[in-house]
Amino acid sequence: MSYTIEGRTGTWEIVVGLEVHAQVISHSKLFSGASTTFGGDPNTQVSLVDAAFPGMLPVINHECVAQAIRTGLGLNAQINLFSRFDRKNYFYADLPQGYQISQFEHPIVGKGTISIELQNGDVREIGITRLHLEQDAGKLLHDQDPTKSFVDLNRSGVALMEIVSEPDIREPEEAGAYLRKLRQILRYLGTCDGNMEEGSMRADVNVSVRKAGEPFRTRCEIKNVNSIRFVMQAIEVEAARQVEIWENGGEVDQETRLFDPGRGETRTMRSKEDAHDYRYFPDPDLLPLVLEQAWVDELATRLPELPDAKRARFQAEYGIAFYDAGVLIAEQAVADYYEAVARGRDGKLAATWVMGDLFAALNRTSKTIETSPVSADALGKMLDLIADKTINGKIAKEVFEDMVETGESPDAIVEKKGLRQVTDTGAIDAAITAVLEKHPDKLAEYRSGKDKLFGFFVGQVMKETKGKANPAMVNEALKTHLDA
Amino acid sequence: MLTGLTLTEARAGLAARKFSARELAQAHLDAIGRLNTALNAYITVLPEADVLASADAADARYAAGTAGIMDGLPIGVKDLFCTKGVRTTAASKMLADFVPPYESTVTANLLNAGAVFLGKTNLDEFAMGSANINSAFGPATNPWKRKGDEATALVPGGSSGGSSAAVAAGMALAATGTDTGGSIRQPAAYCGIVGLKPTYGRCSRWGTIAFASSLDQAGPMTRSVADAGLMLEAMAGFDAKDSTSSNRPVPAFHKAVGKSVKGLRVGIPAEYRAPGLPAEIVAMWEQGIAWLKAAGCEVVDVSLPHTRYGLTTYYIIAPAECSSNLARYDGIRFGLRKDAPSLDGVYEATRAAGFGQEVRNRILMGTYVLSAGYYDAYYLKAQKVRTLIKRDFENAFENVDVLLTPTAPSAAFAQGENMDDPVQMYLNDIFTVPASMAGVPALSVPVGLNDAGLPLGLQIIGKHFDEETVLSIGGALEAAAGFTHTPSIHAGAGA
Repeated sequence: MSYTIEGRTGTWEIVVGLEVHAQVISHSKLFSGASTTFGGDPNTQVSLVDAAFPGMLPVINHECVAQAIRTGLGLNAQINLFSRFDRKNYFYADLPQGYQISQFEHPIVGKGTISIELQNGDVREIGITRLHLEQDAGKLLHDQDPTKSFVDLNRSGVALMEIVSEPDIREPEEAGAYLRKLRQILRYLGTCDGNMEEGSMRADVNVSVRKAGEPFRTRCEIKNVNSIRFVMQAIEVEAARQVEIWENGGEVDQETRLFDPGRGETRTMRSKEDAHDYRYFPDPDLLPLVLEQAWVDELATRLPELPDAKRARFQAEYGIAFYDAGVLIAEQAVADYYEAVARGRDGKLAATWVMGDLFAALNRTSKTIETSPVSADALGKMLDLIADKTINGKIAKEVFEDMVETGESPDAIVEKKGLRQVTDTGAIDAAITAVLEKHPDKLAEYRSGKDKLFGFFVGQVMKETKGKANPAMVNEALKTHLDA
Repeated sequence: MLTGLTLTEARAGLAARKFSARELAQAHLDAIGRLNTALNAYITVLPEADVLASADAADARYAAGTAGIMDGLPIGVKDLFCTKGVRTTAASKMLADFVPPYESTVTANLLNAGAVFLGKTNLDEFAMGSANINSAFGPATNPWKRKGDEATALVPGGSSGGSSAAVAAGMALAATGTDTGGSIRQPAAYCGIVGLKPTYGRCSRWGTIAFASSLDQAGPMTRSVADAGLMLEAMAGFDAKDSTSSNRPVPAFHKAVGKSVKGLRVGIPAEYRAPGLPAEIVAMWEQGIAWLKAAGCEVVDVSLPHTRYGLTTYYIIAPAECSSNLARYDGIRFGLRKDAPSLDGVYEATRAAGFGQEVRNRILMGTYVLSAGYYDAYYLKAQKVRTLIKRDFENAFENVDVLLTPTAPSAAFAQGENMDDPVQMYLNDIFTVPASMAGVPALSVPVGLNDAGLPLGLQIIGKHFDEETVLSIGGALEAAAGFTHTPSIHAGAGA
């Protein structure tokens, strides 16, 4: 156990489970035809169903179900062919029906696993307890009027997947790795955009502490933490708080807390006594959700390649290192870009260029892989020019910078600037002769045994040819001249 | 007398141009004008100009030869169906000013079939009640009076009491009702008309204000069994907007009436011979059995052993669903709002002011039976018993085609009676609730008068989606009974 808290009474370990709410990517809401686009003007994407007008009824959105199944498959999880929607009853102004339609007893997805990788290279399996579908609530706006709150129902009824982990997480770093990996899988699957700032992915964090070998102690739930960094911070401060209570002879109360990143502390939101009695019961407006195995199988066959598989394949197919493969598959778009460059070429060289000059250029120009000024096709062509010795590696850097700036093709730049590598032995010989004439003293030193000066001559010849000479040919010819 | 016709007769008269849809509509508007003060059958009467415009459009369709099956027929609509641009109250202060921007599927179907809406009929608030006394707009009154007692106002039954009173009194040729535990059949029996609760899923629930979603079902309230079939044809059909609606084809129900019932097997459930059942009810039931035997039916005894749990089970499941369904009336987006300094305060003030006592009782009961620690003992157990009740019917229907029972344990009672004891009031539903729990179709047919001169009804319960056999048997019973009595208060009385 690498993360522990040393208390006065001994060593404590932490126990963490995460409940992630992931907004499903779909054109319309879970039970209505209203649009789900983020950022519309308040209350412009609300159907009568979302606003819970009298007599309105929910109808399940097939695509949201497919997305939940895809996600379950991506988490190596059991897909439950029978699931059911329940009503979770409570009153709040952002909840028009007075209940949230959710899945309580029979979720659509059962047990699964996520494999996470830590900084030190360790790989751990974190269990998934379940995934269920439910409706999102609307949003309250408290800052529009000094005495009134406003309600925006655009988000009301949007499909969420609640993904619950087992209490398998033992370190803040593991929680971060779990969330990053989960987000990566969701993005690969195209089932959630994983954007925590916009709230399309949110985490509730369950934290408890215990001494080694003990059963679980009372946990607290920290609600709605909206960044991975805050999740890791919240776990640290909450665990420290609980250790402090236990060591002072107190009891940790099971309660719902909020994390305040400004103050770096968690605060009581709802005590156990104030906990809602949600009065769950099967929603009589909806039939149980019964899936055909054939449909699940069909969705499985059309699943995209997932990060772990892609990483292994990149290593095998392109001969690149585990670490590099991990960097290149971190985002689907980067992986696609890399693969377009690497396919049929030198995979290692492609990785060096993508992770080196390309990433640096994107960084410098504040662009993303999607808006990259150099297309994968263009970078590939440039690698071809290196491979067929039209340009050498040094000139390639110059060509690449020109591509970033002008967006022109590498061929055009090479022609325009006359950067074609000099492979004409006559021209190289002439350059060597000129250099040797310019430096008779150095030549004499070399010939008297100062071999190290060979590099000096190479440099001078390259300078003479403005860098365009083929370095291998220069080496060869230079040896002949010097040793003559 | 245009207000005394059946739908079938009026449809024939319109097709033959014996009278116009405008004349028919006008006659009903006049009847409503004369009688609604006394009966309070309508909460909202549509503006005369609108009604007549609909009638004129119907006349035009008759002239063009494009008339639908309900064309030009003036009907009442229970004020639980949302009607676009027409106030829809559910007889609640909560929705006293609610004008829906949408039309329920059932009423849209009726409009498409050419029906002319006269207005929105009274009911128990949110359809919770058996006497139409729980209306924020005052009780509806039964047009029937006890013999020699014109002074005592009787209840029309409930919750579709405004619909039954209007149809019985000649203020509509027919009306829509909704039935959750008997709300079509019991008021039909109390007012001497026909009421059909179709199979659950036959009519879409979309746009009908929900009471208990797993039980609510719309149906016709009419003056003849054939009319019930005709109107159901117009109301029914698959609706993609209601996940519980059935995609079975809608048969020509009205053709089922008049079909021979010879050889059909009629079951008499032993458990419905409840101790203390009034002799006049037993006698009418025996009479019904005799009529069906005479029509060639084979009458056999059957057992529905879980019948006695029907009412208690119903009064767990229906309130549980209602407590959740009515949570949306929170004062935030539509309907009544009472302002208060806090959000909880708005909820409390709004719901206290908006809901009547019976609705509050049921919300409380439903909240209780769903609460942590009580759910298993009440709601879950009730769902299990409901399964047993369904199985009772399935078993019985292996041997018989329909069941025959009384519709209600009494004739209409007086306003003010049964009021102090809600359980006594709930007992009115004892014969109607089991079919609701099982989701099977059931029809109430008026078959005679009791000694006090009040109508009594018999109930025919059928197999899932076998409304046709129910209607055939109902037709036979109707023919044998020859019920032609009219109530004291009637559009034709004294005219």
